[in-house]
Amino acid sequence: MAGIPHDHYEPKSSGEKWLHKRLPIVGLLYDTLMIPTPKNLNWMWIWGIVLTFTLALQIITGITLVMHYTPDADMAFASVEHIMRDVNGGWALRYMHQNGASLFFVAVYAHIFRGLYYGSYKAPREVTWIIGILIYLLMMGTAFMGYVLPWGQMSFWGATVITGLFGAIPFIGETLQTWLLGGPAVGNYTLTRFFSLHYLFPFVIAGLVIVHIWAFHSTGNNNPTGVEVRRGSKAEAEKDTVPFWPYYVIKDLFALAIILAVFFAIVGFMPNYLGHPDNYIEANPLATPAHIVPEWYFLPFYAILRAFTSEVWVVQIASFVTGGIIDAKFFGVLAMFGAIAVMALAPWLDTSSVRSGRYRPQFKWWFALLIVDFFALMWLGAMPAEEPYSSLSLIASAYWFAYFLVILPLLGVIEKPLKRPDTIEADFEAHASATGGTKTEPNVAPAE
Amino acid sequence: MIKKLAITALLALALPVGGAFAAGSEGHVEDYDFSFEGPFGTYDQAQLQRGLQVYTQVCAACHGLKYVPIRSLQDESGPGYSEAEVRAYAEQNFEVFDEELDDYRPARPTDHFPENNAVGAPDLSLMAKARAGFHGPYGTGINQLVKGMGGAEYIASLLTGYTGEQIEQAGTILYENTAFPGGYISMAPPLYGDDVEYANPDIETTIEQQSKDVAAFLMWTAEPKMMARKQAGFVGVVFLTILSVLLYLTNKRIWKPIKARAKE
Repeated sequence: MAGIPHDHYEPKSSGEKWLHKRLPIVGLLYDTLMIPTPKNLNWMWIWGIVLTFTLALQIITGITLVMHYTPDADMAFASVEHIMRDVNGGWALRYMHQNGASLFFVAVYAHIFRGLYYGSYKAPREVTWIIGILIYLLMMGTAFMGYVLPWGQMSFWGATVITGLFGAIPFIGETLQTWLLGGPAVGNYTLTRFFSLHYLFPFVIAGLVIVHIWAFHSTGNNNPTGVEVRRGSKAEAEKDTVPFWPYYVIKDLFALAIILAVFFAIVGFMPNYLGHPDNYIEANPLATPAHIVPEWYFLPFYAILRAFTSEVWVVQIASFVTGGIIDAKFFGVLAMFGAIAVMALAPWLDTSSVRSGRYRPQFKWWFALLIVDFFALMWLGAMPAEEPYSSLSLIASAYWFAYFLVILPLLGVIEKPLKRPDTIEADFEAHASATGGTKTEPNVAPAE
Repeated sequence: MIKKLAITALLALALPVGGAFAAGSEGHVEDYDFSFEGPFGTYDQAQLQRGLQVYTQVCAACHGLKYVPIRSLQDESGPGYSEAEVRAYAEQNFEVFDEELDDYRPARPTDHFPENNAVGAPDLSLMAKARAGFHGPYGTGINQLVKGMGGAEYIASLLTGYTGEQIEQAGTILYENTAFPGGYISMAPPLYGDDVEYANPDIETTIEQQSKDVAAFLMWTAEPKMMARKQAGFVGVVFLTILSVLLYLTNKRIWKPIKARAKE
């Protein structure tokens, strides 16, 4: 890998040399595993391993479930019950897969917000960030289609509502919706294509994960200080880094074991807590559930979707300016996708030259508010569309956009950042010698 | 450190927020105690057997259990009847349509409980998982974390929740029920007390007792592998906790020289 100077694989035995000449795969694995990694990574840098593990877990349980599942509108629900009752360990596979989706999103949100706080999206890691957002979008698509497969009431009506969003797009919406569904309404043809894509997407995600890792292995990891690893010489780089194996592999596995203990407690003791009871009723096109609520990981964006009703002045202006092409429904769809798009654009919206939030005194507070805002939106997405939830949703949605579009660009100009450590080594030493939490406070530096 | 703790705490908050919710005119669900609650709760075999009796003699008149194989009544973690008992039970109580014979024949253990669409009553196989007893507060799902999802509590509350009042709406009689969302249900009160005769004379056949028994039975039909699941979960948690400790020590050990060097 380019970037930080470090030892490379040297084939020793004649067998290794033979293979290395023809396919340097051992060298590739060696360089990947031994990549110099900043010494000072904290516990928010564990989520990558958790995500990789979860992807593997979902693919393995998923492939096994497919052996017993029937993608047919008349048989899907019964085949899931067949898995739960007749297949050896089928209940375990199914509950792990179902709750694995939640684990996946807990980890991905932690991973994303880690990146947002420590400025991992900033140059030169924009490509890593953009690929990450693509993976996140694919995850949402995969999870949504997977939720349709058990063919319960929430599967059916969730699919109806979400594909209906595409119907809100002017001119092409109706055609697009029909194309997505495979017919005029959610039916067997929808189930079969969702099944097919639900099987395909995880492998696309796996491919993108490799590119994601390749990208940040080329630039090197970010770290809590945001200060780059010194790369003048190998000796210099070694002062700032340790090889990924064994230092971070063991640390990450330790974190993974704790997280999996919690995961197994949920799978074993309350596997349906994160689900919705209505999905244990077989899909019925003639009976709409009283409350159609998406899974928890979609709620923040669902709240943004619903926040922009026709009473909101922004929506009214948009509708007036475009001659009614952008109505409230389409505006909501634009807002929902926009909420993710502004996140993708963070590398260019954030004007601060300081990477890590640790040295940005004002940014810290705005970021903390963003986290609160995210959970507020999650809660609001589950509440009925009535007052006071509608107004709160609007305020919370407005803050989400304000953070990315106003606060990030402005802060870079008006904020006085604190002094950063000169090297990762200095930061690591400061932390290592600070036994008992007597951390030396960094001094305030003049604005850059 | 405080910041890290705050982030962790917020992440932990994401779990309850995700609980299942509904809002609106919810009925009142009584928090009955069941033997299968909590991480170590198990089914009470005698109660499942009583519940099966109530189901067979009362509920089965209108409701089916189409996803439940009759053979599963033999399950150790279920009602736990012997093979002969299950065979006799199937033969005496149910007839199924046999496509090969092109006629009805007495049910066998290998058959499922028949479905029952006679009066359009919902199938009960999964009812205990298809209903939630507790919501809130404010849609956060915390009640479900504390009290459980409450499907069985909902069923028992519904069966005991009739007030005796009824109204006629569009030619249908609706019965007032304190547990049913909306307050009126089209199912006539199915239990009046002493509807069945329990083998154990110490167990009363009040409406409440029969309701709890059949609710427990329906929890089992909905989640027959619950005991295996909890056991596996427990083993998993213990194993992973031990593994975490070992990995913690390993991690501490390998980082020690790196940290010692930094302190100098």
